[in-house]
Amino acid sequence: MNKKFPKVYIKIQYEDFDVSKETQKLHHNLTGAIVNFVGLVRGHNENDSEQVSSMTLEHYPGMTEAEIDKIVQKSIKKWDLTGITVIHRVGKLFVSDQIVFVGVSSMHRQNAFDACNFIMDWLKTKAPFWKVEENNNHRSWVSSRQSDQEATKKWES
Amino acid sequence: MVIKYFSWIKEHIGKSEERIELPVNVSTIEELMLYLENLNDKYKLAFKKKDLIKIAINKSYSSIDDKINNNDEIAFFPPVTGG
Repeated sequence: MNKKFPKVYIKIQYEDFDVSKETQKLHHNLTGAIVNFVGLVRGHNENDSEQVSSMTLEHYPGMTEAEIDKIVQKSIKKWDLTGITVIHRVGKLFVSDQIVFVGVSSMHRQNAFDACNFIMDWLKTKAPFWKVEENNNHRSWVSSRQSDQEATKKWES
Repeated sequence: MVIKYFSWIKEHIGKSEERIELPVNVSTIEELMLYLENLNDKYKLAFKKKDLIKIAINKSYSSIDDKINNNDEIAFFPPVTGG
């Protein structure tokens, strides 16, 4: 793999992102495959018992970017990739809003599939973000999920 | 030293950040938490569920018995829920 690859872009932002523009930016001359993940705000909470009208995300500026970069660097050691983009929004978001974009490009598809999955699994358990769900006057901090912790185990071998 | 709090820990303590002079008898995260808990009940409540408290020293994950000094930036936060 040429040393100028992969191109890495990590951004925490309030603004929305445009999936097709971000996908286009992952095209490089060695790229043969792109896998994107987009996370959205659900209209129900974890237990599906209560409606959610909005959520607010906070992060730890500096540490969040550094933790995402650590995950990205690990993915680069494991797979040949041509581009990696991680964009995560913070602030107040409403149902169906986009929260996170993880896009990975590579020469062949399996590396992009695996690296995208790997980055997302570790982001869920390591990157310092916290969500509070809101509905009318009620608000509650989202708890971390055991299933997210377990999802990272498949990468430990 | 700067101490930062996030999520419900921040809300229990009532502030997102504070500066303190590290007391002479405090040299680890665990001792710092004990010191803060003795200040008032807000810290006691915030740190009640020890297994839910994540710690960072200078923006890197750390553990409760790690050493600290007066130039460090310490952060306390619950398990992360991004993505």
